[in-house]
Amino acid sequence: MNDILQILIYGMVLGSVLSMGAIGVSMIFGILRFAHFAHGDFMTLGAYIGLTFIAVMGLSPWFALPAAMIGMAVVAVVIDQLLYRRIRRTQPVILLISSFGMALILRSLIQLIWGSENQTYASGIQFPWRLDVLGGLRIKPDHVWIVLISLGLVAGVHLFLTRTRMGKAMRAMSDNMDLALVSGIPAERVIIVTWIIGGALAAAAGVFLGIDTRLHPVMGWTTLLPVFAAAILGGIGRPYGAIVGGMVIGISMEMSTLFISAAYKPAVAFAIMVVMLIFRPQGIFKGTL
Amino acid sequence: MSSSTTTLLDAQEIYGGYGGADILKGTNLRANADEIVVIVGPNGAGKSTAMKAIFGLVKIRTGKVLFQGEDITNAKPEQMVRRGIAYVPQEQNVFPSLTVQENLEMGGYLMTDDLKPRMEKVYDLFPKLAERRRQPAGLMSGGERQLVAMGRALMVDPKLLMLDEPTAGLSPKLIDETFERIKEINAQGIGVLMVEQNAKQALAIASRGYVLATGANRHEDTGPNLLANPEVAEMFLGG
Repeated sequence: MNDILQILIYGMVLGSVLSMGAIGVSMIFGILRFAHFAHGDFMTLGAYIGLTFIAVMGLSPWFALPAAMIGMAVVAVVIDQLLYRRIRRTQPVILLISSFGMALILRSLIQLIWGSENQTYASGIQFPWRLDVLGGLRIKPDHVWIVLISLGLVAGVHLFLTRTRMGKAMRAMSDNMDLALVSGIPAERVIIVTWIIGGALAAAAGVFLGIDTRLHPVMGWTTLLPVFAAAILGGIGRPYGAIVGGMVIGISMEMSTLFISAAYKPAVAFAIMVVMLIFRPQGIFKGTL
Repeated sequence: MSSSTTTLLDAQEIYGGYGGADILKGTNLRANADEIVVIVGPNGAGKSTAMKAIFGLVKIRTGKVLFQGEDITNAKPEQMVRRGIAYVPQEQNVFPSLTVQENLEMGGYLMTDDLKPRMEKVYDLFPKLAERRRQPAGLMSGGERQLVAMGRALMVDPKLLMLDEPTAGLSPKLIDETFERIKEINAQGIGVLMVEQNAKQALAIASRGYVLATGANRHEDTGPNLLANPEVAEMFLGG
């Protein structure tokens, strides 16, 4: 029982990371109609931007988080304007392959700038809180913060999507592109905001991953599969679904370690994704796939 | 011409299509602010294409579209909306996951003023929508969805409302009701240009009608005259 609770906590931490990535993937798919393969490397780059703020300015990882999010939002918009915007009117497959190329470019750049070895935000071991009432359950403060900040960001995205004109326009474009055009919704402006949110949340995912484990140039790439699984599970193009999908995938991945080797965690995400695509490709929340 | 000051929309000899062969082959359409203008014709005549071309969704190769005397040929939909033209597509004409109210807000996206008075005007015209303002449009019936679609278009206080088959798929009772609403909209001084499959009923409320065939004008007359024309009746109205 204690083990299960402990693993549930790890699952929620991983779920938070995946949700942050999956919201972006889902929104980008909904509005730009392509699977953004560079999203994992957006996460990595966000994590390393955070590292730079920590190293240069001596910020704690938590204060580097907003800086990394802003930095990555800017990078995402620049990449969109330099690359994706030029091929916006072509077939989705061209965008997809281009984003794959962008993923490789980003990863190489990261290796070039920051090196290819493992790095950490802070050295030393963080002592977990021991909850004796729950049979000696150990909770690391970092984990609590990751889950809480994710919840805050999710609430922020929710308020943005339901309360602001731009947020509603994003949902409208994701719902029905042609009708959005006919209504006079400025598509290019909505697309830029999509990249700002997608980029910022990817950076949050990367920084969380860096806080929880370590930094490495392939950290995001190896997380991309479960991120996609989360987006598909939730119904692609549905940001709320991405949150639920992220949590389900994260918890399933961690829970699987009770039965099989931890090396198979990505396989669990992949299996859920494949089963979902076969039996309910539109996802839990009826996405646009 | 003396009518040039009152003519809202004037599409002159338009040719164009989706990139391949022209679908429109010299179509002419006019609409005034006080008119309900109906376009009828057989399938594939280019009725919907003509509407899309006027609204800038289909490329016009040659020909001109004037709105209040200004050239708007191939302008972007955003500019069309700003000038006071609203267009309701035939299918998928609501945002299904958005509530009724949010659908209306999106219709008024380009409006910088307070949307509330505009929204109240739409709710006055379609009281059914006021009751369901918090309901997602995708969960509504076909008839209600058509009201949402028209409501969305009316949010910009258009001078011209273009409707592509507003009664498609509706029950006879709802068809009557929809035509009644269209008359009310027109009575507020909004010009209506619509494509209709229910030709008899549509022409009965029309100020003027056009019969299109293979992308060109075949007949143009007042609604009653077209209905009385034996050739039109035989060709398009099922005898």
